[in-house]
Amino acid sequence: MTDIATRAARVVQSPGGRRRLNGGGPRAGTIFAFVIPFFLPFVLFYLVPVGYALWQSVRVVRRTGGQYGTSYTTFGGFDQYEKVFQNSEFWSSVGRIGLFGIVQVPVMLFVALVIALLLDTPLLRLKSVFRITAFMPYAVPGVIAAIMWSYLYSPQLSPVVDLLNGIGLHPDFLGPGAVLWSAANISTWLWTGYNMLIMFSALQSIPQELYEAAKLDGASNWAIAWQIKVPIIAPSIILTTVFSIIGTLQLYAEPAVLRQISSNISSTFTPNMLAYAVASGNNYQQAAAISVVIAVITFVLSFGFMRLTSKRAGL
Amino acid sequence: MNSLSTSGRSVNRESQVSRTAAMALMLLLAIYFLLPIYFLIVAATKPQGDLAATNGLTFSHFNLFENLRVLFTRSDGIFGRWALNTVIYAVLGAAVGTLISALCGYALAKFRFRGREFLFSVILGGVLVPTTALALPLFLLFSATGIVNTYFAVFLPSIVSPFGVYLARIFANAAVPQELLESARLDGAGEFRTFFSVAFKLMTPSLVTIFLFQFVAIWNNFFLPMVMLQKESLFPITLGLYEWNGQTARAPLLQESVITGSLVSIVPVIILFILLQRFWRTGLAAGSLK
Repeated sequence: MTDIATRAARVVQSPGGRRRLNGGGPRAGTIFAFVIPFFLPFVLFYLVPVGYALWQSVRVVRRTGGQYGTSYTTFGGFDQYEKVFQNSEFWSSVGRIGLFGIVQVPVMLFVALVIALLLDTPLLRLKSVFRITAFMPYAVPGVIAAIMWSYLYSPQLSPVVDLLNGIGLHPDFLGPGAVLWSAANISTWLWTGYNMLIMFSALQSIPQELYEAAKLDGASNWAIAWQIKVPIIAPSIILTTVFSIIGTLQLYAEPAVLRQISSNISSTFTPNMLAYAVASGNNYQQAAAISVVIAVITFVLSFGFMRLTSKRAGL
Repeated sequence: MNSLSTSGRSVNRESQVSRTAAMALMLLLAIYFLLPIYFLIVAATKPQGDLAATNGLTFSHFNLFENLRVLFTRSDGIFGRWALNTVIYAVLGAAVGTLISALCGYALAKFRFRGREFLFSVILGGVLVPTTALALPLFLLFSATGIVNTYFAVFLPSIVSPFGVYLARIFANAAVPQELLESARLDGAGEFRTFFSVAFKLMTPSLVTIFLFQFVAIWNNFFLPMVMLQKESLFPITLGLYEWNGQTARAPLLQESVITGSLVSIVPVIILFILLQRFWRTGLAAGSLK
């Protein structure tokens, strides 16, 4: 009893004189101390670079007149953006990555969904082994995955090429038509398990009773999977789609590694490779404008997709 | 009765067929996921000469230890240096990142203050910023301040994970009961002591998840170190192997070291993943709650 009384007394006394933002919570200084270790680096290494890129993208380098003129940067309005949109290399890199995404993302997510659904049925044995196997590539960084696959694509070293040669097929994984899909295969290998696990976690959180009624009505596992489970985990599928769109537009490491062994990948193969190539030529303003355009496209596509699907699914 | 038993039998037959089909499909997919790793293990045990001369899927002369010796002594042991750098960037970076995310996420979940929702929205907006879009402007800013080509150039941007704050806020809300904090306050404990002695313990499983996510993000981030670093002694493993891989046309003997180095660097991470896999599932479930 007395203990409670002294505690209460302490509570009453403590706020006296100190500035607080609200009644019972900690002081403003304390809140600041909790937030600032994250927020300061966040401002410096996230917000400032974004602002700086935007600023750079409206600057142009001009020269003072004459043969011996010096260069200076000045405000250029949308000049840099105009140049981006007139750059045919930009459009071909965007087109390439668009084609890549339209094929690779649905294929990967479909495979991920099938694995997640199979792991959620009583049909399989060794479930945890399969789950870990599918997830394992996520532990491999893109560069190393691309190195591994480039050995499997290489005509001199690959056992896969040997095997296919043996049955009369003569694949050229690094040829001009195929190399985009060889890169797509690396992304699929890397990310299927990760996406599968997101979907699988969502499936696991569905209460079993939901299926009982359907089972009693004689619904097959197939029907339960596609007509009950898939609609319920639609938000997770949308989430993985958005992540995949963002990831596709940022593609860099995998094609950069394949470029080391294939002449069919140019230095401007993806939008990000183009931005890097332009920056390497010291044209930072143009590179900044390219980065901004990529970020805006990413933003519009991922938001657009979310809006579209959530409207249709009535979420 | 009769019709029930026949329908039961046909369901059984259906499920027998489905079982076999499901197993066959999963086995095929498992082969696909394991093939490159198996190839890497086989290739890492071969002498350089056997790489092209023997079948890639069968073992030949066992030369793994010699390959490891060459790998770790090449260019004055630069690979060991890269491994150490990777630990600094990815393990230390993720640890520091998890701590600051936890502090911030906890404050956003448990303290009421003006501008809290605005702050959270700004941080959440950061989740959508592609990190590769940040690397080039950061390079220019870091060149101007002389940080470029130092450990800090990769380490500092890597500790920031808006997604970590987002997860920490969800986990703090779910794992730390308000009454417990109130009673700690009544006992006169300061907010930091309360955080470290009460909340931290309750949040530990979720902090492991945040750590894992951030570790993978840094481990996977190739673009940032590539833009920032010219000095080989500062490279993480990924950038080092990329450089070596680019030189194999001129120096074919490097091939075996690229392969062995790839294997050496992914094995500890795969083991870590398998040991900690339950943390992935909790994290991914929370992440998909939106």
